[in-house]
Amino acid sequence: MSNTKVNDFVVRFANVNGTGSASANFLFTKAIFRMGIPVTPKNIFPSNIQGLPTWYEVRVSEKGYLGRREGIDMMVAVNPQSMLNDVKAVKSGGYFLYDSSKKLHDQYIREDIHYIGIPLMTLCNEAYTDARQRQLFKNIVYVGALIALLDIEFKEVEGLLADQFQGKEKLIPSNIKALQLGIDYIHKNFKYPLDIRVERRNLLKDAIMMEGNAACGLGAVYAGATFAAWYPITPSTSVVEGFAEYAAEFRTDKITGKKNVAIVQAEDELAAIGMVIGANWNGARSFTATSGPGLSLMNEFLGLAYFAEIPTVLVDVQRTGPSTGMPTRTQQSDILEAAYASHGDTKHVLVFPSTPKECFELVADSFDLAEQLQTPVIVMIDLDLGMNDHVTPPLVWDDKREYKRGKVLSAADLEKIEKFGRYLDVDNDGITYRTIPGTHASKGSFFTRGTSRDEYAAYTEDSAAYQRNMDRLIKKWNTAKDMVPAPQVYNQKNNSENGILFFGTSQYAAEEAMDILKQEGIAMDAIRLRGFPFNKTVEDFVKSHKKVFVIEQNRDAQMKSLLMIELQADPNKLISVLNYDGMPITADNILKQITKNLSPSSKLN
Amino acid sequence: MSYVKPKFRHPELPKNKLGYTVDYYEGALSTLCAGCGHDSISSAIIQGCYEMNIEPHRLAKLSGIGCSSKTPAYFLSNSHGFNSVHGRMPSVATGANMANRDLIYFGVSGDGDTASIGMGQFVHVIRRNLNMTYIVMNNGCYGLTKGQDSATADEGSKNKTGQVNLFESIDLASLAIELGATFVAQSFSGDKTQLVPLIKAAMKHPGFAFINVISPCVTFNNNLGSTKSYDYVREHVEATATMDFVPQMQEISVSYDKGSQKQVKMHDGSLITLNKLAEEWDPLNRQSAMNAVLNAKSKGEILTGLLYVNPDSKDLHHLIQTSDKPLNSLVKSELCPGADALKEINAGLR
Repeated sequence: MSNTKVNDFVVRFANVNGTGSASANFLFTKAIFRMGIPVTPKNIFPSNIQGLPTWYEVRVSEKGYLGRREGIDMMVAVNPQSMLNDVKAVKSGGYFLYDSSKKLHDQYIREDIHYIGIPLMTLCNEAYTDARQRQLFKNIVYVGALIALLDIEFKEVEGLLADQFQGKEKLIPSNIKALQLGIDYIHKNFKYPLDIRVERRNLLKDAIMMEGNAACGLGAVYAGATFAAWYPITPSTSVVEGFAEYAAEFRTDKITGKKNVAIVQAEDELAAIGMVIGANWNGARSFTATSGPGLSLMNEFLGLAYFAEIPTVLVDVQRTGPSTGMPTRTQQSDILEAAYASHGDTKHVLVFPSTPKECFELVADSFDLAEQLQTPVIVMIDLDLGMNDHVTPPLVWDDKREYKRGKVLSAADLEKIEKFGRYLDVDNDGITYRTIPGTHASKGSFFTRGTSRDEYAAYTEDSAAYQRNMDRLIKKWNTAKDMVPAPQVYNQKNNSENGILFFGTSQYAAEEAMDILKQEGIAMDAIRLRGFPFNKTVEDFVKSHKKVFVIEQNRDAQMKSLLMIELQADPNKLISVLNYDGMPITADNILKQITKNLSPSSKLN
Repeated sequence: MSYVKPKFRHPELPKNKLGYTVDYYEGALSTLCAGCGHDSISSAIIQGCYEMNIEPHRLAKLSGIGCSSKTPAYFLSNSHGFNSVHGRMPSVATGANMANRDLIYFGVSGDGDTASIGMGQFVHVIRRNLNMTYIVMNNGCYGLTKGQDSATADEGSKNKTGQVNLFESIDLASLAIELGATFVAQSFSGDKTQLVPLIKAAMKHPGFAFINVISPCVTFNNNLGSTKSYDYVREHVEATATMDFVPQMQEISVSYDKGSQKQVKMHDGSLITLNKLAEEWDPLNRQSAMNAVLNAKSKGEILTGLLYVNPDSKDLHHLIQTSDKPLNSLVKSELCPGADALKEINAGLR
């Protein structure tokens, strides 16, 4: 038995949406996680509530590669609708686990793969009388089979069930019974474990497993957001739902039931962002979350917030566009839309987290940034990060950290000022002082507007005053460059004439590709963008390399465009590595595109 | 502007309880056309705030886009103002109100800003019963773009160029009642006697208070054949009642014929006294209010005054149970769960 596939394989589950497979599949993933082995699951789900095919793909990687990988070592096929394609998807030499209650039709037979038939339906029909239980426990039976086949530690699964059914302990024995049905069937009928299998490690240390969206919601709670307005849209929905859940726990008065938070489900995205702007204008930290179509709708208000200089935090969980696109698939295709949202000369601060830990941190930072800069900050994540569980280091919060509320004048400050000018650049950094309504009886009131105004917030159509204001906004933009999250540079000094540039969820596959290139003797420098506007580090990285491979998950090379526009970078040196099929990018894909460029005759093509 | 607002005021202007004279509640000089109905409404707002002893800095004025939405600049210059985007004032007001429940929120909109581009937000702010006063300065036309018909222009009404409006108008007052608004009034910019107490009562109402004010556009919609001209409105106004508003249980100084008098006690003890003129109309009954408005409309009349009020109104903060302390005043210790709680969260995610 070859040892190479220990802790290194991909299992894909082919299920029917709405049949309870999600919790069974998660049980599988989490058990491997608890065995200390790096594991990464991806939901590949339809825009549907019940009945359509849905897949759950789990990669196990001893080396800690947490991106998606092509090539399925084992298919757990419990959906007849998709079975023909599911059979084809298995790697040669791989395994096909199916429900053998009925004989497998000839069309599903391939000579080069192994078949593991388990009569899931028959076993459940014999063991359970209730129709719903028969359906649900089919999923648990195959998890039992996988415990035996892949050598998963039973006690970890038991422990997970104990956690899951805390307070409902009487549900545990029936689940254990189903697991045992699967285990026993394998023990009686097959050789086990398989060559693909797991072995306990201690590779994860104190890591946690979390979805990016929940981490964003929690970040907003820690940052002191007191108001959220939103309109439900996949894949961003669980950001505000996560916020609401954590807020219910931490912001509700135990006696009165009153809450130190308000959440309004708006009538549409226009209203959602309008409410957020209104609340921030009135001094409450507030935010919204949306996805591409919502971002399109929010454009006008984002322009207002930019021009009227109102702090705003927006989490954009990107999905596959354009238009309605593929609402349940991932992409990084809102970059230009977000960077320049709204008519006229507008630019917006963007941040790009890669992991749930970073979602938590950068969302919290975004509230500081938005208030310090008095402008919208858009947190750019994607469906892959937002809606999939990721292994991530534990979240950290420093209790000494204070909220940076920016230049807000108190009543006492106003007393000392002879004449308040809302748009006077007192500190010469482009950032002016604001007041919150209700602060002082006779000083500090001003009229917030989307029309042009002078330094004292009075309406003006004077060209010089208009231009002064526009120039000050650019000065503020330049101030922002060193305030947004700095990029992560992989080598302190350049080691190579070529570099790789990436951001967001491409990090996982990019780092894996870099490792493989290094093993092949092609070491390259790398930089991961975390914020926009770009600072000098980004500019220097691009300048100091002959070629820069820009990895991004969209068709139009949007980040490359942004580098060209904002840094006047030479388009010929920026080589695009693109992925835009709606699935998370893989290291294989990156390698192919890079080697094709570096050595057009390479075998890897 | 080629002229400035005169600063001279009568030296013995009376002062309100806060010691402010009425000019303290004024704003910048209006840039609207001379004779614009909107300016009369601004002056009623100034009068109402003065009489209600409102601290201007405890009031936030918000608007959308259009002639009407410019007016917040022309009253209460000591209040913060927010001239937002077209048709979206309700959402900005919602957020502002959520941030600080202790301020008074005063929204000004127009018929285009509310009945067309802003219809979506208007109906939803009503549903949520946001605690605010919402005035529509309704002239049936688009002033800033030079006189196109709006959605509140009556079918058959003629505009300045002689074109007849072919479409049914949207009646904002009956729509608001239908949607469950908890305070609905209608008035005419030329009737300050009626408008001032309505504005005062609206500001005291603990929920969404809507006042639809017919406000003729002197430049584009004051012609013969228009149903929103000064002459037409004066001839067709039918008041529900004369009205008096007495804040917080003061002695009622006006006496009416008992048989036609209706008193409405508001949440804080303020009293609205209505001397009913309209028959078979009960301002506490939605159905009856709805019928009264529609009956008047069918006779070609504009029913004005307080049309409907629900004194038991519960605003959005009550419905979603936000803390009594304004959200924008909460500090880190009240908001941040802290590092230890995060350790527990981490433990739950392993």
